[in-house]
Amino acid sequence: MTMKIPALLMLDDGTCFEGYALGAGQEVVGELVFTTGMDAYQETMSDPSYYGQIAVFTSAHIGNYGATALDSECPGSKPEFGANGVVLHDFFTDAENINFPHFRAETSLQKKLEQMGMSGIYGVDTRALTLHLRMNGAKNGIISTNLDREYLLKKAKEVPQMAGMDLASKVTTKEKFVFDTVKEADSSKKMLSVAVIDFGVKRSILRHLPNNNMQATVYPATVTADEILAAKHDAVMLSNGAGDPAACEYAVKTVQGLLGKLPIFGVGLGHQLLALAIGAKTFKMPFGHHGFNHSVKDVKSGKVLITSQHHEFCVDADSLPANVKVTHWNLNDNTVEGMALTDLPAFSVQYHPKAAPGTWGADGLFATLRSMVENFHK
Amino acid sequence: MPKREDLKTIMVLGSGPIVIGQAAEFDYSGTQGLKALKEEGCRVVLLNSNPATVMTDTAFSDATYIEPMNKFMAAEIIIKERPDAILPTLGGQTSLNLLMDLHNMGILEEYNVEILGAKPHSIELAENRQKFRETMESIGLDLPKSALATTFEEAMDAIKNISFPVIIRPSFTLGGTGGGIAYNIEEFKEIAKGGIEASPIHQILVEESVLGWKEIEFEVMRDKADNTIVICGIENLDPMGIHTGDSITVAPIQTLADEEYQALRQDAFRIVRAIGVEAGGCNIQFAVCPKTGRRVVIEMNPRVSRSSALASKATGFPIARITAKLALGYTFDELKNDITGTSACFEPTVDYCVVKVPRFNFEKFAGADTTLGFQMHSVGETMSLGGNFREALQKAFRGLETGLQGLQNPKLEAEAPTEVNARRNWIKEKLYIRRPDRVLLVYEGLQLGLTVEEINEITGIDPWFLLQIKHVLDDENEIRQDFCQEIDRAIDHKTKSTIFAKKLRYFKAQGFSDARIATICSESLVKNIKEVDVRAVRERNDVVPVFHTVDTCAGEFEAHTPYFYSTYDATMPDPLHTAHLGAAKRGFARKVVIIGGGPNRIGQGLEFDYCCVQACFSLRELGIKTIMINSNPETVSTDYDTADTLYFEPVTTEDVLAICHAEKPDGVIVQFGGQTPLNIAMALQEAGVPIIGTKPQDIALAEDREDFSSLIEDLDILQPASGMAVDLETSCRLAEKIGYPVMVRPSFVLGGRAMRIIHNEQELVDYINDKSTGLYLSINTPILIDKFLEQAIEIDVDAVADGERVTIAAIMEHIEQAGIHSGDSCCSIPTHTLSDEIKGVIRSYTHKLGKALHTVGLLNIQMAIYKGSVYVIEANPRASRTVPFVSKATGRNVAGIAAKIMTGLSLKDVNFTDEPKLMYSAVKEAVIPFERFPGAEIQLGPEMRSTGEVMGIDRSFGMAFLKAQAGTRTPVPVSGNVILTVTDQDKEPLIPLAARLKALGFTLYATPGTKAILDQKGIECKLIVKIGQQRPHLLDFIRNGDAAMIVNTVSGSTSARDANTIRTEALARRINLITTLSALGAIVEGLETRKQEQRIVAPLQDYYAGYIQGKTNE
Repeated sequence: MTMKIPALLMLDDGTCFEGYALGAGQEVVGELVFTTGMDAYQETMSDPSYYGQIAVFTSAHIGNYGATALDSECPGSKPEFGANGVVLHDFFTDAENINFPHFRAETSLQKKLEQMGMSGIYGVDTRALTLHLRMNGAKNGIISTNLDREYLLKKAKEVPQMAGMDLASKVTTKEKFVFDTVKEADSSKKMLSVAVIDFGVKRSILRHLPNNNMQATVYPATVTADEILAAKHDAVMLSNGAGDPAACEYAVKTVQGLLGKLPIFGVGLGHQLLALAIGAKTFKMPFGHHGFNHSVKDVKSGKVLITSQHHEFCVDADSLPANVKVTHWNLNDNTVEGMALTDLPAFSVQYHPKAAPGTWGADGLFATLRSMVENFHK
Repeated sequence: MPKREDLKTIMVLGSGPIVIGQAAEFDYSGTQGLKALKEEGCRVVLLNSNPATVMTDTAFSDATYIEPMNKFMAAEIIIKERPDAILPTLGGQTSLNLLMDLHNMGILEEYNVEILGAKPHSIELAENRQKFRETMESIGLDLPKSALATTFEEAMDAIKNISFPVIIRPSFTLGGTGGGIAYNIEEFKEIAKGGIEASPIHQILVEESVLGWKEIEFEVMRDKADNTIVICGIENLDPMGIHTGDSITVAPIQTLADEEYQALRQDAFRIVRAIGVEAGGCNIQFAVCPKTGRRVVIEMNPRVSRSSALASKATGFPIARITAKLALGYTFDELKNDITGTSACFEPTVDYCVVKVPRFNFEKFAGADTTLGFQMHSVGETMSLGGNFREALQKAFRGLETGLQGLQNPKLEAEAPTEVNARRNWIKEKLYIRRPDRVLLVYEGLQLGLTVEEINEITGIDPWFLLQIKHVLDDENEIRQDFCQEIDRAIDHKTKSTIFAKKLRYFKAQGFSDARIATICSESLVKNIKEVDVRAVRERNDVVPVFHTVDTCAGEFEAHTPYFYSTYDATMPDPLHTAHLGAAKRGFARKVVIIGGGPNRIGQGLEFDYCCVQACFSLRELGIKTIMINSNPETVSTDYDTADTLYFEPVTTEDVLAICHAEKPDGVIVQFGGQTPLNIAMALQEAGVPIIGTKPQDIALAEDREDFSSLIEDLDILQPASGMAVDLETSCRLAEKIGYPVMVRPSFVLGGRAMRIIHNEQELVDYINDKSTGLYLSINTPILIDKFLEQAIEIDVDAVADGERVTIAAIMEHIEQAGIHSGDSCCSIPTHTLSDEIKGVIRSYTHKLGKALHTVGLLNIQMAIYKGSVYVIEANPRASRTVPFVSKATGRNVAGIAAKIMTGLSLKDVNFTDEPKLMYSAVKEAVIPFERFPGAEIQLGPEMRSTGEVMGIDRSFGMAFLKAQAGTRTPVPVSGNVILTVTDQDKEPLIPLAARLKALGFTLYATPGTKAILDQKGIECKLIVKIGQQRPHLLDFIRNGDAAMIVNTVSGSTSARDANTIRTEALARRINLITTLSALGAIVEGLETRKQEQRIVAPLQDYYAGYIQGKTNE
């Protein structure tokens, strides 16, 4: 058996969990959020919108099928980073000692974490931790192999609160780039040029664009409306991302500058930013939505979508102006999951359409964007 | 879409008798479905021939028909009840087949009965192999290469394009009966022939083998608005090649990447839409190539299934309940998840690991091939939940109740070499054969130095699982080498230490039971460390399990349903469990634990679960809070709302005690779950658990041969002479003294194993010398010899006692004579031939025994009437297999009454002071899975082999008997040719029966000896030649389809081989086969009655209300 290095996870309320060091073995801090997805651990860990957070996996076993570059959510030109740290229950350190069993795997999860420089803790009573977070709301915490609990509690209390934090500017691309994996062009549809504003975009979301005959040009979060308008794109996509939307005033301003001038489609944080841009409010939920099994009702079709989600903040339904209709509701807590402007070409969803990790099949949205573009130019 | 108001009366089809491949899980889904329909205010009409089910309790339907499940009976019920709709998706393959029959008959259309759940077109698409293939191809899904054949020639053509190994699957057969894997052309020819015969439409599919691929199942649900969700993905630890019912299965899926999982999920949705499941659950099986990720569709069942029952128990999501509601027109978003109160339209997620392990009964079918394959052979299963796979796997193995304490080395054949290298190679060889004990072989193989890579190569078991198993082995070695000494010291010094506790918790979290730890320590230290010692040390160090909640959502929402499992892989109590314990203290007067029966097996099945469930319901009526402990995922007892609290746990002393320590119940009931809870009753009592009802020592007294024998003597009751012998010579002397024939069996084997009837000394010598019986005479392992009461009538009595009085619930008369296991014989309520005087003796014995055994609760006594006198064979102060039958026949909830008595009420309090008198007849018949075990002897005997039962009910014994026969798979013919071939002993008694058969219009054929006797008596019959040189012989006659009924008796081993050939043929062709003259007598009586009276089709409610009166022996 491999050496187990004891580690602790200390929450800012003094709750402490024992476990063993994982990955790079560094001390890490962040806001603890639990995700209920049973697989897709690599996609989750490398999702830039987990930046600033420590992801707690509720699933009993993680790492079973190893790791591969294919499952990384950081798009090509960006360095691999995602969650600040991870908390696992049963983790298989032995797996690194044999040729990794899954045909897709290039390496073990442990090795991958080391490569990514990501740290964490395993062997934790994750159910107790999850129930604690659910009942008491998201908490900040620290993972360390320093077992001095007093020190850890002090450090945990120093971790800044997520509310009010602008993280999008930290995880965004530094340079503009064109997302290059263009699929074979479908000649029946016109190739559209879409500007994607990167607040922490996931590769699996970008991947939808070429698959729907759209060429994606990815811009840093701080891009201005003028810069985008000058580039003559057909539409704008506001990406998913990390942190508190209310702290991204620069982005809100950009969206306001684009409204009515180009069709806009927001996803995740992009959805929240669109809401702020039209004068609505956002708020922080007690423990957010994380996982792949969230039921969302599509108002128009009456059908229910099982969606992949990762968000802490939410659009306040009561604050929406009259020119907005809610297109999607969460079936469990009746929060806003999607909206559309009635007078301008803009719409957005809170969940991640056809996302990896998670369920596929919620991807009619790109068709909506296309028809919006077509109508806009008429 | 809201509920449809036009659906007022709904007819539901059950699944009939328990057979391999279609077991208690359909009682579970059926009961859940019925509850949901009643909740919606529907009038429910139920057809199910199985009296042992909970669903056939009249509380769950408005008109409950226990009638044979054939189209004629169903059509009559439709005409009588005029249902608006019929729901066939809850009762397994039986109900789908029956629906198709009804549909083809046109009766549904004629009476305007709408089909809910799955339409005939969809059923056809899913079940017909060719249509299924075409449908899958039309939506672009991949399948293994294959071709269809309806004749042997076509099969030979088909094989030309497919390389070996190939799989042969007959269409429309249960659990793949008649199919198999062929590795060469000779095997192919044999299996193809068999498969064509086994298929009712004589069709087989010859298919490319995907042996060794990952086998993945999806439980999918869809509503009318086309919302589709996956309830649970299940991964088989055993890859393709072993029937999923015989595989160890795991949830959630462990070894697929998300990309693979999502692709399968999308495929599953497309399949559901293409097949057209309208509203409800279905099961889809895929194979995934571990080397390339190529995925192929294997099959789809447009109904709830064994796997959906498993998925429901594994996740907490009630598939059958939601299926019933969707069938009424609801959509998902209108329904709530009962456990969390959130929307039912979501995909459950779990934060634990679930393992199901099948239970086999091959030992009951001597001679049968034990290799696992595409045909299912297991008779039951146990499921366990753990904080990780290793813990769950070890819990499952100890929950199997086959003597295993967890994952450990198997008991191997005597021929296995003991030298390490030779043994390793021997095990390696055996791993190629898909044996029922393969995972234990893997365990020992790893120990002996086989590598994960090697084992993966041979077995196809994914390395991830193998590494987990190896992990357990490494931990075992650590206990063996180091930790055992710490345990030993802790036992001796009664110490308490945090470091020790932490280590112990670690090993407990890997699933090691106290018993297993004790064994490992004992072996390592060469001293006797007992389970109680380990338990004491563990409890002193506060290493106790945490009880987690099965909440469908991995803790995301608050759960309201108290459904728990234990784990040591956690450090803090689950607040939901803590809250549950706190609330329990406040709300209820008393708490009672009911211990279930664990995995089903032959001899302990659904009947005991029925009793446990009734106990829950009746105690709830008294305001008592009920707690259920069981490990069987197929059952109603483990439904989340049967008891107030459910612990899904192995039924072992350790696991039950842990729950009792947490819950502190006022009483624990051990007499309803069969042998399982009784085995641990004494240990529980010693640990201070308050057992209510008959005391464990009285139950033990009844089971102890000598003590019981002297009790009987004291009571002045007759019993068959008996004794024990330790060598050949004394055996012969004893048998001589008792007088032949005698019944013999090894003393150390339970459940009728190797029991034999011996007619003379030579047979006795042969039996003792026959090593295959496992009999080695010695002082410690004597042989038991009993007088065999030849031609005796066997009687079963079920009664309830309150310590003061005894009330008989029913006296049952067996059709088959004593010597055939009571579980395999046909029996009747009321008795059929007994005089009032004899019945008086039976009653008086019952009262005497009930009092002498201080019975509080149920009492079952087996008696025999031999030459006019009543003998007591055995008495068991606990639930018997016949309790549900008695309850259905009499309309009195015997188990529920007994449960109330155990809480301190008297028979008077519960208004059960008089023996019910029936003015109609009910007959129970057993169903035996001989067709699953080719090579095994097809004969009724002292060893029980039936898996299920059916009931016939009508005005007279004769009609009820015929219905019971029709309820099994072979109805009694009313005309045609009857073959008679009986032993010399049976020839004389055959004469009057043959004459009556003749009078009924049958044409008689007899083998030479039998014919000679009939000729003498002037009974006309034709000659038929025995199997041998001369053709055409008996077998040709049968094969040509010329026989309507075969009467064939054998004694000893003479002519047994011919008999087996005849019987195998009869079974394969579904020809009515009669193996005892007493059964023939009953059939003749039935057929004669049929000429005089019309059978009636009526619900149990009409019988109970006294609307139906016939002539009975009462």
